[in-house]
Amino acid sequence: MKYAYFPGCSLKGTGRAYEESLVPVLQHLGVELQELEDWNCCGATAYMAVDEGKACAAAARNLALAERTGLRQMLAPCSACYLVLNKTRHYLQEYPAMRQVVCRALESVGLACRADTTVRHPLDVLVHDIGRDAIRQKVSRPLKGLKVAPYYGCQIVRPYSTFDDQANPTSMDRLIEALGATVVKWPLKTKCCGGSLTGTLPEAGLRLSYILLKEAIKRGADVIATVCPLCQFNLDAYHAKIAARWEPVRIPTVYFSQLMGLAFGLPDHQTVLHRGMVQFRPPPAPAPTPA
Amino acid sequence: MKITRTIKYEADRVPGFGREVMSVPGCEALEHCIQCGTCSGVCPLSIYMDYTPRQVMELVRSDFKNEVLRSHTIWLCASCYACTVECPRQIRITDIMYELKQRAIKEGVYPARFPIPVLAKEFTRMVHDHGRISETRLVSQMYLKSNPLAALGMAGLGWGLMRTGRFSLKQDRVERREEIAKIMEAVDRENGKAAA
Amino acid sequence: MTRPQHVRIGFYVCHCGHNIAAMVDCTAVARYIATLPGVVLSRDYKYMCSDPGQELIQQDIREYGLNRVVVASCSPLLHEHTFRGAVEAGGLNPFFFHMVNIREHNSWVHTDRVLATEKAKDLARAAIERVVHHKPLEIKKVPIHPDVLVVGGGIAGIHAAMTLANAGKKVFLVEREPSIGGHMARFDKTFPTLDCAACILTPKMSEVGSHPNITLWTWSEVVKVDGYVGNYTVQVKRKARYVIEDLCTGCQDCIAHCVYKEPKFDDLFNERLGKRKPVYIPFPQATPQVVLIDPEVCLNFKRSKNPDGTPVVSDKCKKTCVEACGEKRAIDFTQKDQVVEIKVGTILVCTGFKTFDARRVPAYGYGVYPNVYTALEVERLVNASGPTGGHVVLRQGTNPDGSPKTPRSIGIIHCVGSRDKKTNLWCSRVCCMYSMKLAHLLKEHTGAEIYNFYIDIRTPGKGYEEFYNKLLEEGTHFIRGRVGEVTDWTMTPEEEGKLVIRVEDTLAGVVRRIPVDMVVLATGLEPQADADAVRRLFNMSCGGDGWFLERHPKLAPVNTFTDGVFLAGCCQGPKDIPDTVAQAGAAAAEALALIDKGYVEQEPNTAHILDTECSGCKSCIPLCPYTAILFDETRRKAYINEALCKGCGTCVGSCPSGSIVQNLFEDAEIFSEIAGVLAGEPVTAGRTGNLTPIATP
Repeated sequence: MKYAYFPGCSLKGTGRAYEESLVPVLQHLGVELQELEDWNCCGATAYMAVDEGKACAAAARNLALAERTGLRQMLAPCSACYLVLNKTRHYLQEYPAMRQVVCRALESVGLACRADTTVRHPLDVLVHDIGRDAIRQKVSRPLKGLKVAPYYGCQIVRPYSTFDDQANPTSMDRLIEALGATVVKWPLKTKCCGGSLTGTLPEAGLRLSYILLKEAIKRGADVIATVCPLCQFNLDAYHAKIAARWEPVRIPTVYFSQLMGLAFGLPDHQTVLHRGMVQFRPPPAPAPTPA
Repeated sequence: MKITRTIKYEADRVPGFGREVMSVPGCEALEHCIQCGTCSGVCPLSIYMDYTPRQVMELVRSDFKNEVLRSHTIWLCASCYACTVECPRQIRITDIMYELKQRAIKEGVYPARFPIPVLAKEFTRMVHDHGRISETRLVSQMYLKSNPLAALGMAGLGWGLMRTGRFSLKQDRVERREEIAKIMEAVDRENGKAAA
Repeated sequence: MTRPQHVRIGFYVCHCGHNIAAMVDCTAVARYIATLPGVVLSRDYKYMCSDPGQELIQQDIREYGLNRVVVASCSPLLHEHTFRGAVEAGGLNPFFFHMVNIREHNSWVHTDRVLATEKAKDLARAAIERVVHHKPLEIKKVPIHPDVLVVGGGIAGIHAAMTLANAGKKVFLVEREPSIGGHMARFDKTFPTLDCAACILTPKMSEVGSHPNITLWTWSEVVKVDGYVGNYTVQVKRKARYVIEDLCTGCQDCIAHCVYKEPKFDDLFNERLGKRKPVYIPFPQATPQVVLIDPEVCLNFKRSKNPDGTPVVSDKCKKTCVEACGEKRAIDFTQKDQVVEIKVGTILVCTGFKTFDARRVPAYGYGVYPNVYTALEVERLVNASGPTGGHVVLRQGTNPDGSPKTPRSIGIIHCVGSRDKKTNLWCSRVCCMYSMKLAHLLKEHTGAEIYNFYIDIRTPGKGYEEFYNKLLEEGTHFIRGRVGEVTDWTMTPEEEGKLVIRVEDTLAGVVRRIPVDMVVLATGLEPQADADAVRRLFNMSCGGDGWFLERHPKLAPVNTFTDGVFLAGCCQGPKDIPDTVAQAGAAAAEALALIDKGYVEQEPNTAHILDTECSGCKSCIPLCPYTAILFDETRRKAYINEALCKGCGTCVGSCPSGSIVQNLFEDAEIFSEIAGVLAGEPVTAGRTGNLTPIATP
């Protein structure tokens, strides 16, 4: 299995633990990734707020680069990138006026975009292309007894629900169960973490992160598993501020890929748990069963 | 006791504004709004807004352009799409919020020193100049341009990032930066043609 | 063009007020048609269907010696009958008339007046060409079978069946469930008068059960319908009850002595809030008072099935029920489904609705949080013969004394699965009123604080607004806002252990979080799951929303597009009990009018076979959907039974020797009509938009 790979800015920056853990996990499962050559920022939510046409054109350049690789599918692990690239595809397919502007702009630098590369999320690929059985077979260190609150955030199920249920997504739940851990049921799976408002308007933004952390603890979770670099940042980086405003709600938040690496028995530099500001201390590996 | 007159005259409206917004792809369904308030009910940030999302929808439809473009509401939208998904009339409220943000920036009527539009503009500039975002640089610039004092409060966070190896002031960039610039110019050209 | 000398055509174009005249220049059409050969007279007139309009036709026939008449106006569905009558009154055979639809097919659907006028000319010219070839025809009368089939035994079917039976007609009432009563039997009280649903319904139910003119078949379904108005042949499947209806006295000793000492299986009548045994009677007032056995759970049946899906008797049970039944010998484990055939003249479809599945709105947590209920569940919960004996207690939680929890605060959410493009766009009409009724009953039963969350309160009925007023006086909270979500995460101490409703109070303009013990979802009404299959069975139409379509929303509200098939109740669209009963009465009256007339007139558009041309190939025979074509073995020719022919034309098109002719659609008529349409000058450009002033003299 081979996919084009769009890492996005966060995965090279504050969210580097996502890439550092996801790539080896996929390799371990026999997936080959080809990073898009000279990719640019997808535009995220900020660009849409300034100029829709340019935001689409910026995202479409990446779609055009993906088409050049000849690979029909592109992996976009960051939720914002995943949404923006999908939304751009949707716009180019649905709105001829937008398509014309964007395609002409790309032509001016010799690029062409048919918007026919499928943009896939790693959860989608893991659950549907690879399958839970294949994942279960690779588990060498089951995460027995670990209680994980799966947190999907907003943008991989909204507004488009391409691979999972919009109201109650379960792909990560199934993945976590395949790793031997226990899924904590909570109603906040897809609630907003505050997005960039945690930085720009902490009063409002941090409250949302606080609610998530508080409820995860209340429901007995040991760790929150996330799929998005911004969610991970918000739930991991602001504990001091949250404690000052409300109450201490210390619980680690890691990428699902870090849990997978752990369960696969991958080395520390591939699970990169040290990247968390709230340190996640995994349960001790179960004693090896005598042969 | 200070009293304020809240009456709206017809002269306060900008006729055609609502239609204009509704003509943006994806925004047509606003015609069908029944003012049920589901958007405000699901919006995690509605509790901080000056107008609830429902009220913004009605103000748009009734052409109260100045009120909407100056509202805090549009900047508080975190783009989580909960409203869009739950709206019983399938109005793409998040996209309408984007449209309103764009218009507020274009007309320069957003609240001064308000960090959210500053972040949006800095973000855009960085994409233009470098093609990629270096988050820590971006955030530092936002604080410098909106509220330098608040930046001091972020020192702890910076240290945390540094400790975990996630802090970098290095500007990441694409190789063919001229390609990005050309594409953006071309978009302006095409949109200019369309407007003419 | 030349015409036989004797043809004298009168042409009339109707303005229909502005309906036609706004988009078609009627005067110009009349002027143009006057130039065609054979046209003796051409007029435009404001309302052709009016008495003076009809009078005009009659007068002209006499004065100008017309022998053909063409009217260009609305749909023949509406007024063909009217104009044929006028032509006949003027002394002509009514089939020397032809009608052109320039309203539905022209003025209403076009926006260019120039082109629309040209189209009207083309269509009118085609009719002129066609009517020349018309022949005098005779309307045939077919007798009507006086018996009636009523499908569905809810309040609509019950009322219609009673009305017809009291008028002396024999009625077959077929109900899918084991008892009649429908949804109404499950309600506690009825709005706005708050009379007990059972008290007003059960007397009617037992009257149905004992009426000498009503054959009541419950646990039965219509499986096949053949024939036509006045003469339907219907097959009804009577599902196996494993109890012989005529022998069961309803003593229920079998239930008491079932090997299951306690009820163990979901009681569907009580919305699964209670339990029943494998042998059961759905509810105390069930009609007929006959038990039935559920082979899915009864120990005397195997869990595996026969290849045809029928249950297999295991004989493993002690059969204490059979013992208890004793000499009556009413229990019969070998019973099989039976199909019986009946003949009726008219059919009333009263198949009702289903309630919206609240799981389809995941934000409200039905099926996730036990204390979220549907309105129908609450109807059973407040009912004295319901699963809790009328005590409102929650599925989850306990009172301080350890008894099941009584709610202290209740939120009722309106419009669940209504007014929502993601589910159903229509307003379900009854939810505002039943929500207020439940608010009243819940307050009466529990004294709880009650919140109604609504988008708009709709109370257009006699005494309904007064009922709303009463609720306001009772201190029920009305919050205008569609609830965003029901959840169990908390922000304040008083929210702990509660369900939290998050909503914008749109009148106050603030977002609120309201903790409650119980949430009630006012689920909307939907077409039955098998509505489409039922529609096909009775040859009816459905609207885009899935409700059965009436022939005309104002003027034929209980008729369908199939003659002799009528509609009543919620299968046609959501409505409350008063409207349902009124509609059922109307449908019964329409059926009675037809039956008492004694005959139906048959459109003479039937086909016949030209003996001289028929080669006897029989290819037409299997194609006829009405089995109207027979074969005369001695003459080796096919022939058509005109009483059965519906004029569909299938045989005409398929006959290899062209030997089948259909009245009103003879080759000469059709070809000249086509030639007439095509004879005009092509018009390529017209002005767009409705800008041309209306040319009315």
